[in-house]
Amino acid sequence: MSVLVIAELSKGKIKKASLEATNYAAKIASQLSTTVTAVIIAKAGEASLGDLGKAGASKVLCISNEKLASQDSQLMTKALEQAVAAESADVIVFSHDFTSKAVAPRLAAKLKAGFVPAAVGYPSIEGSAFSVKKNVFSGKAIADYVIHSTKKIIALLPNSFPVTLGDGSAEVVDFSVNLDGIESRIKVKEVKKESNELSLPEAELVVSAGRGMKGPENWGIVEDLAKSLGAATACSRPVSDIGWRPHHEHVGQTGIAIRPNLYIAIGISGAIQHLAGVNGSKTIVVINKDPEAPFFKAADYGIVGDAFEIVPKLTAAIKQFKANQH
Amino acid sequence: MKILVCISKAPDTTTKIAFKDNDTRFNEDNVQYIVNPYDEWYALVRALELKESLGGNVTIINVGPADNDAVIRKALAIGADDAVRIDADPSDAYYVAEQIAHHAKSGNYDLIMTGKETINYNGASIGAMLAELLDLPFVSLATKLEMSGNTATIEHDIDGGTEVVECTTPLVLSANKGMAEARIPNMRGIMAARTKPLTVVPVANAEVLTSIKNYQLAAGRVDCKYISADKPEELIDLLHNVAKVI
Repeated sequence: MSVLVIAELSKGKIKKASLEATNYAAKIASQLSTTVTAVIIAKAGEASLGDLGKAGASKVLCISNEKLASQDSQLMTKALEQAVAAESADVIVFSHDFTSKAVAPRLAAKLKAGFVPAAVGYPSIEGSAFSVKKNVFSGKAIADYVIHSTKKIIALLPNSFPVTLGDGSAEVVDFSVNLDGIESRIKVKEVKKESNELSLPEAELVVSAGRGMKGPENWGIVEDLAKSLGAATACSRPVSDIGWRPHHEHVGQTGIAIRPNLYIAIGISGAIQHLAGVNGSKTIVVINKDPEAPFFKAADYGIVGDAFEIVPKLTAAIKQFKANQH
Repeated sequence: MKILVCISKAPDTTTKIAFKDNDTRFNEDNVQYIVNPYDEWYALVRALELKESLGGNVTIINVGPADNDAVIRKALAIGADDAVRIDADPSDAYYVAEQIAHHAKSGNYDLIMTGKETINYNGASIGAMLAELLDLPFVSLATKLEMSGNTATIEHDIDGGTEVVECTTPLVLSANKGMAEARIPNMRGIMAARTKPLTVVPVANAEVLTSIKNYQLAAGRVDCKYISADKPEELIDLLHNVAKVI
C-alpha cells in the first residue's frame, strides 16, 4: 500500500518538480508507515532514475508503452490505474503541471478518489482524517480541504518546498501496462515551443515585465537581468495579448500561477488578476516609475524610478555580486 | 452539431471575499453573481460562433439550486438555445462532474466544453473528470478550436508553448483565453432568454469526495521596503542576506 508519486523526465533528467513531489510523498508515506513508489514513463535503464531514490522513493515503476508517447490523458489514466492497482496505493501524488492538469482529475474520477489540485502544504493526517490546503478565490484565500474517500489524489504546486536529496536508493523495475484494443483519438499535428532552459512553472527566480517597457524591442534589458540571475522570464497579460511576448510567459489569473522564490516585476502596475498569478512568490520586488502603482502594496522590496536606468544597473550589480562570490 | 457548455456561477470579480460561521463558509451577503468568465467568454462564445457558422444547437448546463436560474438566464442571453439545471448543490468537483455526466450520457453531444477553471475555487477539474466518466478524449487549456466535419483542430497550452492537435468528436475540452472574445448581451438577447427552455432535472445518485472545513484570508505582505533608484546594489545585498533568495 505504498504512496505513489507520478514523476516525469525532462531532457533526460528527473524534473525538479518531480523530485519535490517525491519528497512530499515520502513525508506522507512516513506518516502512514509505508513507502513511496515512483511511477514514470521511461525505460528502466535511464541513468537519472536513481535521483528518485535519493528523493525518497524505494521503488520506481518504469512504463514504456509506445501508445503513451503522445501523452493522451485518456490512455495515461488507463496506464496509471494499473500501477495504482499493482501497488494497492491509496494516496497518489502528482506535481501540478500541464500533464497532470489533464491526467490527475481523470484518474481521480476513475478511482473515485477525492482530489485536491495545486495543494500548497503538507496534508494534515490524524487517524483517518486527511486534509490539505489549496488557494481559492484566485489567491485571495486558502481553503483546507478534507478528503473523505479512501483513495486520495494530491497535485502539489511546484516550488512549495525546497528539494532535498539524501542517500536513499530505489529498486527500478519495468512495469508493463496493457493498452490492447485502446487507441488514442488525439493526433499531435504541431508543437510550438521555445527551447528554454528554464521551465517557468518550475523556476525559482523569475524576472517579469509589462507595459512599462513600452515596446518589445526594449526587452533586452529584461532578458539580460534574467540571464545574470539565471532566472526565467515572464510577462503581464497586456503585453502577451498584443504579442510583445509569447503567450506561455503570461503569469496571472488567465495565464499561469507561479510561486518562485524571487519575482522581480518591472513596469507592471499590479492589477488583481496579475497578482493572482504571482502572490505565492516568496519575495516580490517591484520596479515602477509610478509610486502609486498598486503592486507596491504587494511587494517586499520596491524601487521607484525609470526601469531603463535601474534594470541595467541591477544587472551590473548582480554580475559584480556573482564575481565576488568566487 | 450539438454542443454542451458547462457553466458555473461565480462571484463578480470585484467582490470583497469574506467568510462566516467561524470561517467555514463563504459569506454571500451582497455578493453579485456572474457566469464564470472562462465558461462564458471562451467556451460559450466559441460554441455560439461554431453554431452560427456550421449550424446546430448549443445547450448550457449548470449544477445548482433554484437561485442559479438568474445566472443561467444571463448565459442564455449571450445566445445559447436552451439550458438544463441539475437541481443539486455543487458540493465538489467530482459530484458536479457525475451530475453532468449522468445527463450528458444520453445527449449525443459532439462537443462538451468547460472553461479552464472557476474563479472562486480554481479547481480546473470538471472537464477532465467529465471526459473520464464519459470515456472520451480530453484536451485541456484550448485556445483555438476549428471544426471540419467531425474533426476538431485544437490549439492548446503545454509547458513552455502550445500544441496543435486533431481529434474526432465526441470529445471534451476546457477553454482558455484566446478561444473567443467576450460578447455583451443585447436587449434582444436578454428578452429572448426569458422564454428559452430551462429544464430542471432532478439530482442523480453520486458521491461527494471532498469538502472544505475552513477558510483563511491570504496574508498580505508586510510593508514594502523601498530602495533608492541610485543604489540598486542595496537590493542585491537585501536579496542575498535578508530574503536569502540569491
